[in-house]
Amino acid sequence: MLDDVAIRIRQNIGIVTAVLLFSILYLLYNLAHPKGFSSAVLVQNGDEIFALAMLAMAQTVPVLASGLDLSVGAVMTMVGCFASYLLTGAAGGAALHLDIFGLHLGLGTFPGGVSGILLGIVICLAIGALAGFVNGCVVVYGRIQPIIATLATGAIYIGIALFLRPTPGGKIDEDLNWALTNSLGDFAATVHIFDDGAAQWFAPVAWIPVPFVLLVLIALLVWVPFRRSVIGRAVYAVGSAEGAAYMSGLPIERAKIAAFTLAGFFAGCGGLFLAIQTSSGNADIPQAGAYTLNSIASVVIGGTSLLGGTGSAIGSIFGAMILRVISFFFRIFDIAPLLQPLFEGLILLAAVSIGALGVLRVKNTLELFR
Amino acid sequence: MSSASLSLSRDDRPILIAALFILVILVAGTVYTFARFGSAPLLSPTYLLQQLQIGAFLGIVAAGMMMVILIAQIDLSVPWTLAAAAMMATSIGGPLAIPVGLGVGLLVGLVNGIGVAYLRVPSMIFTLGVNAVMRGLMVAHTGGYAPQTGATDLMRMLAGDRTLGIPNALFVWIAVSVLVTIVLQRTTLGRYVYAIGNKEAAAYLAGVDTRRITVVCFVLCGLAAALAGVLLAGYSTKAYQGMGDAYLLPSIAAVVIGGTNILGGRGRYLGTLIGVVLIVLLNSVLSIMDMPEAGRQVIYGLVIIFMLLVYGRGERVTS
Repeated sequence: MLDDVAIRIRQNIGIVTAVLLFSILYLLYNLAHPKGFSSAVLVQNGDEIFALAMLAMAQTVPVLASGLDLSVGAVMTMVGCFASYLLTGAAGGAALHLDIFGLHLGLGTFPGGVSGILLGIVICLAIGALAGFVNGCVVVYGRIQPIIATLATGAIYIGIALFLRPTPGGKIDEDLNWALTNSLGDFAATVHIFDDGAAQWFAPVAWIPVPFVLLVLIALLVWVPFRRSVIGRAVYAVGSAEGAAYMSGLPIERAKIAAFTLAGFFAGCGGLFLAIQTSSGNADIPQAGAYTLNSIASVVIGGTSLLGGTGSAIGSIFGAMILRVISFFFRIFDIAPLLQPLFEGLILLAAVSIGALGVLRVKNTLELFR
Repeated sequence: MSSASLSLSRDDRPILIAALFILVILVAGTVYTFARFGSAPLLSPTYLLQQLQIGAFLGIVAAGMMMVILIAQIDLSVPWTLAAAAMMATSIGGPLAIPVGLGVGLLVGLVNGIGVAYLRVPSMIFTLGVNAVMRGLMVAHTGGYAPQTGATDLMRMLAGDRTLGIPNALFVWIAVSVLVTIVLQRTTLGRYVYAIGNKEAAAYLAGVDTRRITVVCFVLCGLAAALAGVLLAGYSTKAYQGMGDAYLLPSIAAVVIGGTNILGGRGRYLGTLIGVVLIVLLNSVLSIMDMPEAGRQVIYGLVIIFMLLVYGRGERVTS
């Protein structure tokens, strides 16, 4: 029994380290924060973590299939720009039109109100998944290396985002913004359930921030079933030995397409939340690039091998949270903003270098070349 | 497929197709300008030389990037290596400006190489961290503002002036190109680079010190980025924040469009040269057409996918 646990820990040493590191860092952060261990701090942190955590999950799936998705930041930005048109929640609905090649095409009215918002959310997530599906098709049927294929599709998605929002703007329904970026109590009060959140039994959980709940829900309802499905296992198999996976009759093409589609879906979730949180759509190219690169860093810190085949999206969530908590520390300890990028870089380098010290123990140099 | 293209080697086909595509861009652009303005600026030597002068910076970065891609690695630290070299060169000034700038590149390349070759950290993540550190150092150094120091006369002369009507930057690019071509085709280092890119374990078993070669490749890439930074500072008379950001993805794209396999081991330098010219001309035609940024990004992405669909497709996994 104990041996069993030991083996499991050794197999998941990356994730275990990430979880431990995050717990220690976050505990220290709350101890140092004047308002530590309060719902307000938790809510603020949750809002800041969510988008990166989603992108980290998004990046994990293609990485597991030993691909890399350089378009996650672009998909996030594009979905955010779509959301800024579809989630206005205006009472009479919003009139949509398309100005292209000098033509002015009316696209009818997008419904407003609650049903309109729900429809808008579904459409936004579908757009994210579709973008990921296109990535997957280019990689599988075009047989183009994922890193370069997604570099190209990423440019296309950024182009679409810029077309939608040449300048930052748009609007997101205020209630939606309030409900999703605060605690469960505020959520209940906004959507009028559980006696507006005042119900007795609801009180013990009312302090939990909605972003964390969403994160757990997405992980449990999307990632875990995927991980356990045949396609999910095929993704891992493709990442560890594509040839062997093919010879075993696994659906490797479907697995790759599914991996990229899921990445697009997760990135879409991140973009949707970012738009809701900032109440606007913004085709910010540097931001998209920074999110993509940070998602790769999160994946590595979270214990997933960039070579594919081992790791998990859950680990990447913790990787993303570690990255974010480090930047929270800068605020607490009043580190000059000018020095922050330097510390971020040094910590990232230190983390990956310490993780790599195992190579010094390798006796047969040949084992290094995989 | 005609017999002519059949007789071409696997490495030459992409170069030929990319060159043809450059002609297509030139013709399409000229038709557009002729119809709209009644002139053909794209075909004037002055305009083309000016475009090549701007392209020289990308060309030099891409030459270094190619060395790294050929050994199946990647260098994401190029943007801030470039900017750091430019900032250091301008703030030192005097005759030492260029050596110091190149020294920055050498140092960054050395760190990258050691991290990737000896610690075996994936280059994607290690160079990303180094890029963040360089950015942090430069932000701390400059206080986040554009540095007030200017480029030295020599830097301006190398990047901005012309000799016999030809931009000096072009001469530097040609010199770098000749050097890279000789290294890749005529030296043992070049052979080792291709060998490592194909199968590092095999190269190691054949007696190649693969780790040292990896370090050398990263140093060359750092030096190239630094040289481009020094020249770019000379061209715009000063260094500025984020001056390297526009060079990372285009340099990778240029190398790949030129037929170099992103997984390493295959590709000719001539292809990278053609890839750079293609990207530079595409950009200039799009700006002549007054294409908004949105359209540029979409076309840019479509061109990369199209080119790779034509000749960059991988092989189907069957065993």
